[in-house]
Amino acid sequence: MKLEDLTESSGEWLRGSGPESDIVISSRIRLARNLAEYPFIRKATDHDRQAIEEAIHNRALADKKLKKVLYLNVGELETVDRQFLVERQLISREHAESDGARSVAIDHRETYSLMINEEDHLRIQVMHSGLDLESAWDKISKLDDVVESHLTYAFHERLGYLTACPTNVGTGMRVSVMLHLPALVITRQIEKVFRSLHKISLAVRGLYGEGSQAMGDFYQISNQITLGRSETDLIGQVSDVVPVLIDYERRAREFLMNESQKDLHDRVSRAFGILCSAKTISSEETMHLLSSVRMGINLGLIDNLRIPDVNKLFIHTQPAHLQKLRGIELDTADRNVERASYLRRYLGNLGRGDSSEVN
Amino acid sequence: MKCQQCEKPATFHITELTGPDVEELHLCEEHARTYLTPGEPVDSPVSQSFAGVLAQQMQLGQTTEDLARLDQQACPICGITFYEFRNQGRLGCPHDYVCFESELEPLVINIHGANEHMGKRPKREKGASQQQTELIRLRREMKDAVSNEEYERASELRDEIQRLEKEHTGSSDD
Repeated sequence: MKLEDLTESSGEWLRGSGPESDIVISSRIRLARNLAEYPFIRKATDHDRQAIEEAIHNRALADKKLKKVLYLNVGELETVDRQFLVERQLISREHAESDGARSVAIDHRETYSLMINEEDHLRIQVMHSGLDLESAWDKISKLDDVVESHLTYAFHERLGYLTACPTNVGTGMRVSVMLHLPALVITRQIEKVFRSLHKISLAVRGLYGEGSQAMGDFYQISNQITLGRSETDLIGQVSDVVPVLIDYERRAREFLMNESQKDLHDRVSRAFGILCSAKTISSEETMHLLSSVRMGINLGLIDNLRIPDVNKLFIHTQPAHLQKLRGIELDTADRNVERASYLRRYLGNLGRGDSSEVN
Repeated sequence: MKCQQCEKPATFHITELTGPDVEELHLCEEHARTYLTPGEPVDSPVSQSFAGVLAQQMQLGQTTEDLARLDQQACPICGITFYEFRNQGRLGCPHDYVCFESELEPLVINIHGANEHMGKRPKREKGASQQQTELIRLRREMKDAVSNEEYERASELRDEIQRLEKEHTGSSDD
């Protein structure tokens, strides 16, 4: 398998299926782990970093239980390829932009990835479509067991798994659920929701994690605390709050349909119209309009488009995806033209009843 | 007029009527946006609160002299000083949690509200992790011995390193 094989698809987390997938995009869990016999990244020499890569690659990844992984040396990749992996959420922005020996192993269905030499020696992450944290935990815990059977993790009897930053110590686990909350944004209730989440020590982030803006009304809810509670408890805390948020969003949608269906229908149709006909369009505007269209489909206001199509457009119109699909590097202005043309082709073909792959 | 929070020109003039007094704010576009959308943290909430907590911890109940002394303390395994950690917010090796235990304890409690791990544990025997961490010190000492041309010492260290390396990898490989 090559990196190019990932380009055409849209990855597991954007598959658009799974429980509550009209609102819940994906469920993700990551574990931070370090090898006991090497310094943390901050103090690791080039030689240490290489030895860490080799230990994980040659021992853990060689295990027969892990089949068909794509192993990439991140430092050697072109900028556009690294950006592509970030857009796909297979590596973090930090992993893409840092220096030194670092790599990633990606499962062929993109349900998990292992980042080597990120902030910690190893960051394992599992992504599932829809609201599906229990099976994501089951999967990641098994992956963790496989790796651990070959390597000795840094572990403290009282403090648990030791991490480079004390904010991750203990379980080393971050559980996050990505939600699409356009109606809460329109009805201006989103701030209130965030404030109450902060009170119960849950963090809210945008689509691409730490520091990113909430593009396209996508929000990630995750745990802040990693120590003093079991993995199942931490997962429970996030899973308990998600149905409440889903309920708020559904009620906000209902409210909009009852109070101002005409306005809402107009908003959604205009968004769809621009996407079908624009000649040049930025990534931000595309995300914003696709968000309206996505909600429109869920409310039955648009009927010739499906959720997996919209999810695919969300990812394929990102800067690096667009360039990979086109096969050449493009500057911002050219990307905006290419993006508009891609959208017109894709949506135009759907209009003619041909909903097969378009590239 | 300059923005009240930076050097850029203030293009947003906000009159805040929600408090007890009427408040006038003059902000640039960027700070106005931050001000008007308090629910969207610009920086990661974790690193922000972490930096805050860290600064707080370091100032509480410590004189400048105490802090200076503490800053110079170094981990015997990886060599990181407390000053380096305080500045970067990242530790140097697993042993730092042991050698800076009393300094890290209040910080950990502040972040997590707990100081005891409750979840999953590695299946390896207790102490395996600490033994392996010794390798960091041994490798460092061997490097020093080589550069000081103490070859006999280096060769002893190499044997010790190989013995420890074997101890925990041999068992589970196919």
